[in-house]
Amino acid sequence: MREEIIVSGRMNHLIDPQLNIWHWQIPLYLFLGGLAAGILFFAAFFCLRGKETTYRATVKVAPMIAPLLLVLGLLALFLDLKHKLYFMQLYTTIRLQSPMSWGAWTLMVVTPLAFIWAAIHMRDVFPRWDWRYRWLKDLEAFFNKYKKVLAWIMAIFSIILGVYTGILLSAFNARPLWNTSILGPLFLVSGLSTGAVVIILFSKNHDEKKLFARIDLLLIAIELFLIIHMFMGFLASTQVQIDAASLFLGGPYTAPFWMLVVVMGLVLPAILETLELMKFRMPVYFPAVLVLFGGLMLRFIIVYAGQMSRWLY
Amino acid sequence: MRYAMAVDTRKCVGCSDCVVACQTENHVPIGYCRDWVVEVTDGTYPQVELEFRSERCNHCANSPCVRCCPTGASHYEAGGIVTVTHHRCIGCGACIASCPYDARYSHPDGYVDKCTFCLHRVEKGLEPACVSACPTKCMYFGDLDDPKSPVSLVLRTRKHKTLIPEAGTDPQLYFLI
Repeated sequence: MREEIIVSGRMNHLIDPQLNIWHWQIPLYLFLGGLAAGILFFAAFFCLRGKETTYRATVKVAPMIAPLLLVLGLLALFLDLKHKLYFMQLYTTIRLQSPMSWGAWTLMVVTPLAFIWAAIHMRDVFPRWDWRYRWLKDLEAFFNKYKKVLAWIMAIFSIILGVYTGILLSAFNARPLWNTSILGPLFLVSGLSTGAVVIILFSKNHDEKKLFARIDLLLIAIELFLIIHMFMGFLASTQVQIDAASLFLGGPYTAPFWMLVVVMGLVLPAILETLELMKFRMPVYFPAVLVLFGGLMLRFIIVYAGQMSRWLY
Repeated sequence: MRYAMAVDTRKCVGCSDCVVACQTENHVPIGYCRDWVVEVTDGTYPQVELEFRSERCNHCANSPCVRCCPTGASHYEAGGIVTVTHHRCIGCGACIASCPYDARYSHPDGYVDKCTFCLHRVEKGLEPACVSACPTKCMYFGDLDDPKSPVSLVLRTRKHKTLIPEAGTDPQLYFLI
């Protein structure tokens, strides 16, 4: 029998008895960032394919909420900081080894882009909108001229943003649950999936809804594959990663993960979307809300469970 | 120059004087600690083995905390000592999550704090507070590049181990066994 105890009575706040340094702010931000990345990617992609008028909700309407999502996400990140007044230090340096550093810079690119993208479609989405000042109108005309360039930059940086939300966690080798490179693609696909259902919610065009229901089905299938792949990787790895996986395979997170994320957030909406595509009538917001809920729960569960996983010690 | 520390698990009695010495020397806020003592019991009486380890930041040569810090607040000082520049730290918690030894904590003032190997004392040629306070003299500190330093001498003659070397951090806190 082996027993290890700290006899000097260490009880550092937020560290002992179990790491608890990141709370709701981080998973909420990961969700909002992923969602915004999904919306912006589809907007840029379909704009570049010249589908601006056919898929109006994708390119013009849904991106209206992206700046709001990003601002809320940034606010959540700011609330997480414990030395808040020093946050500008993030933007005094670029440290390529630190995902959080280049993620912060990515946000510095994506957030203004999201605002610009929303602004150049304002008058289209809200016909009575008036920019009032001459220089604002000039600015809009200027950005409109370079829309394709903006779309290219947005497509690339939204993908980086989507992947970053996962890489942020997977860079921590001290937390075996996070320490898997699957997390980057998994969070990206989940972000694209939540973006797709928001577009469905905003769309009034039947073809557009159908297209995004198909896209979302494909993304859900990829997500399920990545989740299975992640567990296969864990179970074939070292003891610490087997322990990390067992949090979800019999451990405390078994029921929340498989019920809230996999069944409610992936399988159920996939069935509903399939039925919809097979021409069964049902409210379209039902699978959409489930996908959004599943995406949020995925982030919460991974962030909290990751802090429970550790090295044998 | 490569500073390192060795703790003799056969001499340590687990008195925790090192912990108190550190808290006093470094004005560690009440309720927190930068070093701690672990007692390991193997087997059941009468076949039992006991090991005491005075633990702290491992000042890893490949520190995950330095790697993940977004502002460069966590950095290597001369001799490989890992420290945090308080006025550059934003308190994001990334380094705390990245440490497999849980050696860092969030200071009540907001920034992240940790063992510094008593850099301010070492610079003056003194030993770290924990080493100098140890009543059994079970701790050795010094420069590994200097073959005559106490830590080099003891590591040459004694069997030793590091904690979770498989985490790939190249820890510089050695335990004599």
